[in-house]
Amino acid sequence: MKLNITALCAGYGRDNRVIDHLTLTVEEGEIITLIGANGSGKSTLLKTIGRLLPPESGGVYLDGRAVHDWPTGQLAREMAILPQLNSAPDDLSVAELVAYGRYPYRQRWRSSSDHDRAMVRQALQLTHLAALRDRPVATLSGGERQRAWIAMTLAQEPQVLLLDEPTTFLDVCHQLEIIELIGRMNRELGLTIVMVLHDLNLAARCSHRLAAIKDRRIRYLGSAAEIMTPEILRDIFNIQARIITGDDDIPYFIPTASCGGLPHPTHKQESSS
Amino acid sequence: MTATRVENSSRQHDRRRLRPLILLGLAIFVLLAFFFSLHQGVLQLSPGEMLRTIFSGEDSVNRQIICGIRLPRNLTAALAGICLALAGAILQGIMRNPLASPNLIGVSAGGGLGAVIVLIVLPQYYLLLVPAAFGGALAATLMIYLLAWKRGIQPMRLVLAGVAVSSLLGAIINALLLFYPDRVVGILDFMVGSLSARSWRQVHLIWPYALGGTILSLLLSRRLNILVLGDAAAVGLGIRVERTRLLLIAVSALLAAAAVSVTGLLGFVGLIAPHMMRLIIGSDYRYLLPSCAMFGAGLLMTCDTLGRIVMPPVELPVGIIMAMLGAPFFLYLLRRKNTA
Repeated sequence: MKLNITALCAGYGRDNRVIDHLTLTVEEGEIITLIGANGSGKSTLLKTIGRLLPPESGGVYLDGRAVHDWPTGQLAREMAILPQLNSAPDDLSVAELVAYGRYPYRQRWRSSSDHDRAMVRQALQLTHLAALRDRPVATLSGGERQRAWIAMTLAQEPQVLLLDEPTTFLDVCHQLEIIELIGRMNRELGLTIVMVLHDLNLAARCSHRLAAIKDRRIRYLGSAAEIMTPEILRDIFNIQARIITGDDDIPYFIPTASCGGLPHPTHKQESSS
Repeated sequence: MTATRVENSSRQHDRRRLRPLILLGLAIFVLLAFFFSLHQGVLQLSPGEMLRTIFSGEDSVNRQIICGIRLPRNLTAALAGICLALAGAILQGIMRNPLASPNLIGVSAGGGLGAVIVLIVLPQYYLLLVPAAFGGALAATLMIYLLAWKRGIQPMRLVLAGVAVSSLLGAIINALLLFYPDRVVGILDFMVGSLSARSWRQVHLIWPYALGGTILSLLLSRRLNILVLGDAAAVGLGIRVERTRLLLIAVSALLAAAAVSVTGLLGFVGLIAPHMMRLIIGSDYRYLLPSCAMFGAGLLMTCDTLGRIVMPPVELPVGIIMAMLGAPFFLYLLRRKNTA
């Protein structure tokens, strides 16, 4: 399923428009990562795509139909969301959480079908959580917990998966684990993935394309090799960086300096200098 | 470490299988509480005699006491307990706040103000007490909801608006009490929550709410489970979060308002019953809601009966008994959970 974002304006009221006439096409089966400075609107864009925020104008179209017009339960079978913040009751087990992913397929007066159970099992296997299925989510480590939530989104059998900073708060090993899982879901299940990541090196590692957001629009769009250049990084993040290309042809960046102060110095700083 | 983890998960597993048994146990508790309250009092009949009195058609004094006085009071207690416990459980879920109770959405303050106005300022309209309390409770909830609305409802803003509106209404209540110091005694029963002299009229008033609220909340229990995961996750799973939350707030406001207008300010049941049941049966709303309803019913009947029999001929209002027994037991459960 193709995801089209056309002339999208979104934000938090008239005076606080975060995205302005943004246009982007996400191809079926690709992993695209939104990057940009704090407050650039990455998360807002992702939230609008996931119908968590209504657009002011323009639209997000899945399979030619605006996501805000889809019956929300039906859309939940095509598109799943991993929010940045979520909560689970203390006694909720991994298997129960993952089974909530079957909620969009529920039928009243019917308990779960064989297919429901098979999908939950498959999601647990893919995320390597089968052994932990009866453990309360609250007792898991950060990485395991994130995998459990991803397993829930997988149980929705979506075509499109939206991930909002899936690696934040995790240590390096668990970050890589999540990134590898994302790659596996894309290859084995053909999932189209749109995500927000703060770590550029991780983003370069697993994404087909990077979309860099600045000034309320997509400023640069392309492969990691095209986007990860000192000039673009300077423009987007206001940093000086060195780019090294590894043996696997994946570019890595090493930040060397910020480009002198904040991009928009406050009046106070101006007057004191 | 691994050992405790394994133990943890197997204990979890056990509790899941125990859930139907716990529900059965609660049903037995409700029945026992029901017959205990019918039985206890100045007139004491043997169980056999009691049943014969109820089902015989003759119009005896015994039958009047059992069927005309104890039975309706008992049913009022049970139905109010169901309403308040369900309202509390639902509110704790949608607010994601363990302190949420019917008091929080203004039901007590609004209902209290309605009752105080009738009882103190307009005592000649005593018959309007129940509708005034009911209307006051719903009006306060509506006010809080509208004040908290800003491009959608955030639970935290709702909690804060609830606290603010409740203290405002509380201040008005106190001001009225100061203006009419001679009539304060009459309002006391309502403020602490009492079931004395409740008759079939109260039963008829409250049962449609109890029944409708129970059915609706059970139908919404799966959605409540999803809502607890957070707004974003719930939208992702295809829930219309704002609409569902408004529906649930309306259901709990109706439940609590119906109970409060009949029994007075008994909000405490709505706070402790869901917490106790969560510790015992877990947080899955499909089991939590029915268990809360049964526990609330049994608890209120038992406490009311104790209030009648501890120091006759004086009757202690059920609200006082419940707080004095409920609070320590509640604290004990909390401590036990933390050390386990």
